[in-house]
Amino acid sequence: MKLTIEFGGGLELLCDSVKIHKVNVELKNGEKKLTMKDLLAWVGSNLIKERPEMFMKGDSVRPGVLVLVNDCDWELSGQLDTTLEDEDVVVFISTLHGG
Amino acid sequence: MASTGGGGEVARILGEIEALKASRNRIDNQISALEGQLRELTLQNGSVPPPSVISGAVVDSGFGHGLSPEMIYRYSRQLLLPSFGVQAQENLLKSSVLVVGAGGLGSPALLYLAACGVGRLGIVDHDVVELNNMHRQVIHTEAFIGQPKVKSAAAACRSINSTIKVVEHQEALRTSNALEILSQYDLVVDATDNAPSRYMISDCCVVLGKVPLVSGAALGLEGQLTVYNYNGGPCYRCLFPTPPPTTACQRCADSGVLGVVPGVIGCLQALEAIKIAGAVGEPLSRRMLLFDALSARIRIVNIRGRSLQCEVCGENAAFTKQHFRDFDYEKFTQSPLSAAPLKLNLLPADSRINIKEFNEKAIKGEAHILIDVRPAHHFKIVNLPNSLNIPLSTLEARLPEISSALKEEGSESAASLYVICRRGNDSQRAVQFLHKMGFTSAKDIIGGLEAWGRDIDPNFPTY
Ligand SMILES: [Zn+2]
Repeated sequence: MKLTIEFGGGLELLCDSVKIHKVNVELKNGEKKLTMKDLLAWVGSNLIKERPEMFMKGDSVRPGVLVLVNDCDWELSGQLDTTLEDEDVVVFISTLHGG
Repeated sequence: MASTGGGGEVARILGEIEALKASRNRIDNQISALEGQLRELTLQNGSVPPPSVISGAVVDSGFGHGLSPEMIYRYSRQLLLPSFGVQAQENLLKSSVLVVGAGGLGSPALLYLAACGVGRLGIVDHDVVELNNMHRQVIHTEAFIGQPKVKSAAAACRSINSTIKVVEHQEALRTSNALEILSQYDLVVDATDNAPSRYMISDCCVVLGKVPLVSGAALGLEGQLTVYNYNGGPCYRCLFPTPPPTTACQRCADSGVLGVVPGVIGCLQALEAIKIAGAVGEPLSRRMLLFDALSARIRIVNIRGRSLQCEVCGENAAFTKQHFRDFDYEKFTQSPLSAAPLKLNLLPADSRINIKEFNEKAIKGEAHILIDVRPAHHFKIVNLPNSLNIPLSTLEARLPEISSALKEEGSESAASLYVICRRGNDSQRAVQFLHKMGFTSAKDIIGGLEAWGRDIDPNFPTY
């Protein structure tokens, strides 16, 4: 499944400072769909190069990270259960506090 | 270096100034807490008039609206806008807006809010203007360096528009004074620079009856903007119920920020505030604007609405004014309300050395290696002669380099190993790691290059 995965708000520092990743995620054997839960695990082991605790906490993202699927908060689409489709854009953004 | 001549005297004076500043901060905090208590008492006695009486310079002028000929001329270019016009201008003139923070975001926000005719404009800040603020905090001028930001910002607002009321709150916003200050305004602009303040301001807006909150943030080359507590929309806690780890809260003073980035976000905060106060357009509620300056991209995303489970604004939330007053935001977020730099203390005393001792040993010619663990782009700004730059993130991979440098330097006796950074936090982390990896003699230089600039060489640049 072809996906665009983007990092912002400093999270890109965890993956060699690359913000936009065009990726192809293989579905697990026998699986027909990919959920955000699957994608998080995939991102954790394929894109995050350092300090994984700055990205994940338990099986979800750490507090302070907004997850957007096609420019929409994943809270509105079912969080970890959100089902992804080909060409979807998933954004992980760390909330900023500076001013 | 400049350890001879007047250097010692300068260092002594600088040290004394630092100590005096620290005690002034302590006293300011005590005063602010007492003032908060006093206001609470006068509020309870009902001796302070409600906010609506204080504001409102708009009286009927005989034109069928409240705008005087001078107001019509001053605001004519926005009165000409069909979607703004007399009605929105009157709304603005009757409104009161509080901007918390007169820094990178607050500067442009305040300038536009004053210019457009917000009737009563409040400014909260406890800081003073510094030279390293000037690149982004464009409301302040060089003449105000060392002066309170509130005074400087208020003077600038008044010089742009002498017909509005500008209110100075020269104090740090705390749970002891926030309810009293925020309750005097219809709308709040969060232009602060740290996580505990953001939670505190949002909670305060909720307990005061869902005062709309225009929230902006900027760091590095990115910015974020949204409106909380508007028309049934979410509060800050609906979005971020759990605070992020402190390691995820970067500060402009550490990570840097391009001045125009908070400038853009601050302008957009002014715009959202003007829309809400003027009652025009669609405020950025349940949506968030994400700004990436480097790639010139702005993305507006849909975010969740109010959470029924929110501990502060949710259906069964029992968060009262008293809870707010008693809530410890610094403990909740594990970070200080003022964006003071962190001061770690990770090492035993015998693994640390103060800057003067280090300087003496270096002058005596003691065989040593000095490792600077700051990132390479920091090292490029300024560094000590004969220091070896090995950024903390690469330390593990470059241990062999340290071994061979030590061998080379200590041909006769064992060379000492000193570690320095900007302020003395990362150097402790590095020494901790070096000890674990067998470099047991490694010592951290207390206070880092900041201490060098303060105690040894006053001409050494700080940043
Ligand atoms: Zn809430």
